[in-house]
Amino acid sequence: MINAGDTAWVLISSALVLLMTPALAFFYGGMVRRKNVLSVLMQCFIIMCVLSIHWVLIGYSISFAPAKGFWGGLQWLGLRGVGLEPYTDYAGTIPHQAFMIFQGMFAIITPALIIGAFAERMKFSAFLVFTLLWATFVYGPLAHWVWGMGGWLRNIGALDFAGGTVVHINAGIAALVTAIILGKRTTLNNHIPSPHNMPFVVLGTGLLWFGWFGFNAGSALAANGLAVNAFVVTNTAAAAAGLSWALIEWIHNGKPTIFGVCSGAVAGLVAITPAAGFVNAISAIVIGLLVSVFCFIAVTVVKPKFGYDDSLDAFGVHCVGGIWGALATGLFASKAVNAAGADGLFFGNPKQFLVQLLAVGVTIVYTGIVTLVIYKIVDLFIGVRVDEKSEAMGLDLTQHHERAYTVLE
Amino acid sequence: MKLIIAIIQPHRLEEVKEELYKAEINLITVSEVLGHGRQKGVTEFYRGHKETGNLLRKIRLEIAVNDNFTEPTIKAIMKGAKTGSTGDGKIFVLDLKDCVRIRTEERGATAIG
Repeated sequence: MINAGDTAWVLISSALVLLMTPALAFFYGGMVRRKNVLSVLMQCFIIMCVLSIHWVLIGYSISFAPAKGFWGGLQWLGLRGVGLEPYTDYAGTIPHQAFMIFQGMFAIITPALIIGAFAERMKFSAFLVFTLLWATFVYGPLAHWVWGMGGWLRNIGALDFAGGTVVHINAGIAALVTAIILGKRTTLNNHIPSPHNMPFVVLGTGLLWFGWFGFNAGSALAANGLAVNAFVVTNTAAAAAGLSWALIEWIHNGKPTIFGVCSGAVAGLVAITPAAGFVNAISAIVIGLLVSVFCFIAVTVVKPKFGYDDSLDAFGVHCVGGIWGALATGLFASKAVNAAGADGLFFGNPKQFLVQLLAVGVTIVYTGIVTLVIYKIVDLFIGVRVDEKSEAMGLDLTQHHERAYTVLE
Repeated sequence: MKLIIAIIQPHRLEEVKEELYKAEINLITVSEVLGHGRQKGVTEFYRGHKETGNLLRKIRLEIAVNDNFTEPTIKAIMKGAKTGSTGDGKIFVLDLKDCVRIRTEERGATAIG
């Protein structure tokens, strides 16, 4: 039975999640140098174009068509059989296509997150091929294992409410792998460039926070109490994490920064994503306060120590925050919040923590290896990196023949 | 003729302009520039990454004057720009070989004012 309220909420949520990709474009675009801002906006927007089509043609089927195996089935290619009646195994009160388009928005933003790692040095053509292959061979299988009917991680009881493993750890590990094998930006000379437009970063963060209500509360797939819980804990965790990052900076560097508050808020949103449908507001505060500690250490201590150039900290925020969120779900999950979920370690069920650990481990190993293989293939046929001169001139001019800001007139 | 180049604090520009008007010096060119002096600029933090020696925003004035206006111009700039703290800036005075007013094709001293 289709429910009007549920359908309206899922459609609105789909639009909210779509908005997160342009939001991410500004979040990342503000952080790069002015000569590369259009390249980042372009990568985000072309992903919206390319993966929207990919999703309808093959992505949805290989992710969600029921099957036991590497991918989902192929019976839903081109949306054959994906109609306007509910498909009750996924969502009993909304049209099947509403579920499909909601999930499609997740498939779009996930590869867009990786952009932060290879920003300012990747060839546009190589980026396009890499993204298509990654959506097909990494996102598709993983979404199937965790969320699809017959998926093996789903069957062993791994909890991932809105995409902590499938979206954030997945993209974050791919980010680390590409940052390492792509190498540092050559023009740095041991000098890390400052963000060229901090207000863009703040604008992007605000829109991400807003869109995340669709991401998490929409994942209830109904306009019900569970959606409200997800909404409340999402806002609470983001707030706690933004505050926490500012306090860490205040103690550590003497002054809090708006960049810090934004980084913290995004880290908090990442961390609460897998937990949103299983934890209460007090747990959300703890999850939010702690995620900024972990991510702050990752970007200020771990990154400089190992020397990989994760330009915009896609790994440091999304993977580290995502791992904490997935494990925190295993600690703080409570059947009092969601009877269909499970209890975590702190509610008397240590086994859930181990299941979460397994899901995290599988994601890291699978995504790490396959991303490396895809990268090598693309590098062999196209060459992933732009030449040194193009990098010095900036990707806006060399990859797209346009520039963001005029100086005269 | 002299070309006077002054680097001043951005927030003193209005005062300097006022002092120049009082001294009847009306022709100035202003640009935004970056620089630092002995204090080596400011320290900035981005996601905990420390950037020292960042350049500070300054205003650069260019004023071409006839010789009898040189001292009044310098005095006016000093009066407007001086706060007594570090970073107040500098005034450079250069000899100016020629000056052309494009509209009338006048040259030299008559073209300046």
